[in-house]
Amino acid sequence: MGFELESVDFAFAGKRVIEGVSIALAPGRFYGIVGPNGCGKTTMLDLLCRFRQPQSGHIRYGGNHLSAYSKRQLAREIALVPQNFYINFPFTVRDVVMMGRYPYIPRFSGPSARDADIVAAVMESADVDRLAGRFITELSGGERQRVVFARALAQDTPVLILDEATSNLDISHAIRLLGLAARKVRDESETVLAVFQDINQAAAYCDHLIFMAQGKIAAHGDTRKVLNPETLRTVFEVDAKVYHDDYSNSLHVVYKR
Amino acid sequence: MHAHKPETSVNWKNALREATAAQLALLAVLLCGLLVVSTGMGFIPIPASSVVKIILSKLTGSPDAIAGMNEVLPVVVMDVRLPRILTAALVGGGLAMCGVVFQGILLNPLADPYTLGVSAGAAFGAALAILLNIAALGVQSVPLFAFIGAALTLAAVIYLSSASGGLSSNNLILSGIIVAAILSAGISFLKYVADEQVAVIIFWLMGSFASKTWADAGLALTAIGGGLAVFLFYARELNLMSLGPQMAASLGVDTRRVTLVLLAAASLVAAVCVSVSGIIGFVGLLVPHIMRALTGPDNRRLIPVSLLAGAVLLLAADTLTRAVLPTEIPIGVLTALIGGPFFCYVFRRQQAARRSW
Repeated sequence: MGFELESVDFAFAGKRVIEGVSIALAPGRFYGIVGPNGCGKTTMLDLLCRFRQPQSGHIRYGGNHLSAYSKRQLAREIALVPQNFYINFPFTVRDVVMMGRYPYIPRFSGPSARDADIVAAVMESADVDRLAGRFITELSGGERQRVVFARALAQDTPVLILDEATSNLDISHAIRLLGLAARKVRDESETVLAVFQDINQAAAYCDHLIFMAQGKIAAHGDTRKVLNPETLRTVFEVDAKVYHDDYSNSLHVVYKR
Repeated sequence: MHAHKPETSVNWKNALREATAAQLALLAVLLCGLLVVSTGMGFIPIPASSVVKIILSKLTGSPDAIAGMNEVLPVVVMDVRLPRILTAALVGGGLAMCGVVFQGILLNPLADPYTLGVSAGAAFGAALAILLNIAALGVQSVPLFAFIGAALTLAAVIYLSSASGGLSSNNLILSGIIVAAILSAGISFLKYVADEQVAVIIFWLMGSFASKTWADAGLALTAIGGGLAVFLFYARELNLMSLGPQMAASLGVDTRRVTLVLLAAASLVAAVCVSVSGIIGFVGLLVPHIMRALTGPDNRRLIPVSLLAGAVLLLAADTLTRAVLPTEIPIGVLTALIGGPFFCYVFRRQQAARRSW
């Protein structure tokens, strides 16, 4: 199911962070959100997963107001991999991934065989099965990020929201996890919304790019159309060259120093 | 990509569940044994078999079991020792289980039931009652004022930290520290003007189980039973909250409601514990800490295990000061004197093992 945003505003302590955002996000696509630091990308994701509510305007999901969903319904629709993740208690990696099944497991009952199978499968696909018995508190930042990614996959939702979810990952794991997300978009019509710092990474995986600047959508559309030197100049104030790279079979950006 | 399959997690979960059941059973046996042994200890030593006979005869209502026994003994056991012993065990369990919940909500393994100023509020209320010599409600006046002080403190802390609608752990801890600091100054002032009653205030603050009654034990049991039910109901949500509020919310947890309910329940249980026994430190910090290392951080297991372990620990400490040491020293002082250094040792060892809790 897709999202429709209609003149959404959000202010934080009196400061406008999101201003008059209207956009329709069709299901079954890989959306990349890019923009300079502090332009409201993370707040935008917070609004989409209802962690924050807009002060004015509407957000609809699957045709209904986002606020009409119960917490549990929403948890079965939208999964989030946050930017920062810190945990103080020594849960095992398997415990943390199993927490992704919370919206499906009734109170006072244990995980079913199906839950256990799903957890085993996503741990293997995010390459954290080797860490299954380790304490989350002992892992490196990148390993923790993979665990949290696996937890979001275990939630088994039609929408996956990634907030710089690969920022701490080595290149091999970044490619692995983004490829996994891209395959879910292609094969299972999953909708992925991902914030990126690296525009080349965004260009390689996203069908559709949303450029944000100062709380507004500066440009959005098909990656091949919207990713050009003019957009980059307006949004990031940098001089760049955009070309099609045959090796990665995607658009590539290089910058003037 | 990987040839090896992860071992089936169902077996692993079963093993853990069995281990927890074994821990619970062990602690329960230990607690029952300690209850009987400590009841026998004291000025008049009573053999364990007689203690069991007296308790059984009271439970069944048949006087046959204690026929021929010195008739002072049933009175000593039933009216003097058991109320105190049960109160000590209940308060120990209550403080330990509240410690788990506070650490979980505040996302901080160094929190305890007093972090939000519950103890300072209770102490202020008690000091006020003692100073003003309030006896309108008989002997229960001081505990009642202590409870009111603790409850008002909690309300103030929640009010202070919810301005941005957040109730975030940082806000709560900061508000708790501020309110506790103000109340400490207030307590100092009360002591300063107290003159002769200052000794009574100081003695109350250091905690004691001396001359506890069945009413105290009943009150503690009610609060702890109610608290335990709430804690177990929300134990799963408390696990998810340790991922942080944003992730817990994205998994469908009503973080604000769970925080508020658990906070209120844990503070009320802690307030009842304090009002019954005075301020007894370190049980609520140390027990969850050690049990987490043995049982793991899953609150569904940690809460009941800590409850039993706290009961064993505080009962042992109270028996030490009541029946072993030549003179009775205040229980709050004893737990701090033993618990403090022991906590330093545990803390140091855990750092050495490169495990952060």
